Amino acid sequence: MEKPERLIVDGKRLDGRAPDELRPLRIKAGVLKRADGSAYVELGRNKILAAVYGPREMHPRHLQQPDTAVLRCRYNMAPFSVEERKRPGPDRRSVEISKVAREALEPVVFLELYPRAAIDVFIEVLQADAGTRTTGITAAAVALADAGIPMRDLVAAVAVGKVDGTIVLDLTSEEDQWGTTDMPVAIMPRKKLITLLQMDGHFTGEEFRQALSLAFKGCEQIYEAQKQALRERYSVKREEGE
Amino acid sequence: MMYEIVSTVKRDYIIDLARQGKRVDGRALDQYREISVEKNFVEPAQGSALVKLGNTQVLVGVKLERVEPFPDEPSSGVLIVNAELLPLASPTFEPGPPDENAIELARVVDRGIRESKAIDLEKLGIKPGEEVWAVFVDIHVLDHDGNLIDASALGAIAALWSMKPPDVEDWKLPEFPISKKPVAVTIAKINERLMVDPCLDEENVMEARVTITTTEDGSICAMQKGGVGCFTPEELEAAYELARAKAEELRKFIG
Repeated sequence: MEKPERLIVDGKRLDGRAPDELRPLRIKAGVLKRADGSAYVELGRNKILAAVYGPREMHPRHLQQPDTAVLRCRYNMAPFSVEERKRPGPDRRSVEISKVAREALEPVVFLELYPRAAIDVFIEVLQADAGTRTTGITAAAVALADAGIPMRDLVAAVAVGKVDGTIVLDLTSEEDQWGTTDMPVAIMPRKKLITLLQMDGHFTGEEFRQALSLAFKGCEQIYEAQKQALRERYSVKREEGE
Repeated sequence: MMYEIVSTVKRDYIIDLARQGKRVDGRALDQYREISVEKNFVEPAQGSALVKLGNTQVLVGVKLERVEPFPDEPSSGVLIVNAELLPLASPTFEPGPPDENAIELARVVDRGIRESKAIDLEKLGIKPGEEVWAVFVDIHVLDHDGNLIDASALGAIAALWSMKPPDVEDWKLPEFPISKKPVAVTIAKINERLMVDPCLDEENVMEARVTITTTEDGSICAMQKGGVGCFTPEELEAAYELARAKAEELRKFIG
């Protein structure tokens, strides 16, 4: 695809969204039979699955911690999730994303309740359209809750950025590719704490402040959808006439 | 990588010091350790710099090589940043392929240089679609006493500013096309306090860190939060102001 002349026309983005608008979001909790917890998230064209196993015995044993559980995280992209086939297996990008995703989720999990155990989070990107790490974290938080693991809060995540000089919420891959800046953010919404922050591109100090507050706004919306997904999963449905 | 073990006494001591606005090595919260940058430390590299940040030592070498361009950028040069956490640098480093810490280090340094557009990669084409120059920035960590990111980023940009054009026929430019000086400043959070340039003891007890890379005009070109703690938006604003002020000091060492 060629670079479009402008990515924002008359205040609307290429897909018709306003700068502060999320893509259509759908979250479903408890989608996998075997996993202890799972979630499926669609954000625009992103399709992302997260599974949680554990707390379970840590293998290899030498990685056990005597006073706490260990949270492990693996972010993986399916070879068919992007236009050009992605070579299977971890590359440098996915190793880094796995690390920052783990650090984004760890603050909410009461790991100290499960000494010597492992909690494994698997994030599988089935279809990618920018914002896979943040959408993956959003899914993983729901999967952790679905697994019944004690948590302080959920983690909601979204990317913000700068496109044609405008601060925008939830970039698409076109906007990521041709925009100026990409800043993924994850927060613990109840205490308004930031657990993931990365950025590349160009921001002035003022733009950074604006972008951060827009990220909070987006995360609040995602947070509501996460809670709604968990309610739908666990609300008791009564049969007619009962 | 193995874990660093920190005694509870030391941990409590550092955390309590932070509460009083003090640090384990007597520095102010906004004070770097002593910095030295020795450029052109190794001859076979086109550019190099040995950075000392207190006891932390990082050697960065830059080599230019001809490579095939990426298909999506057929006439543009290539920047490749790699970091090695050598086993000689710490009892916790082990031989083997780069672990997540080495990869994160390389990618944070890479982003600072790439996103600031410090190097004009467009000028590093040779034959469009066939051959371009690749700039290999290799970060060699020699002694790990904390804050490898800032030491490595400073070493990388200093090495790039020290580049001697290669003595080969295909090199047509009068000098290496570099124009900006991005500087990474890492801020650690311990006991609700923000401090720059964490030493190893501080890194081992910190809740989280954030690295903010800024250019000469004070704008941000890269950021990375690390560690399992959190930041408030107010703390991030304070961190940005710190990073901006400290980057000016560090930039003087690039030369």
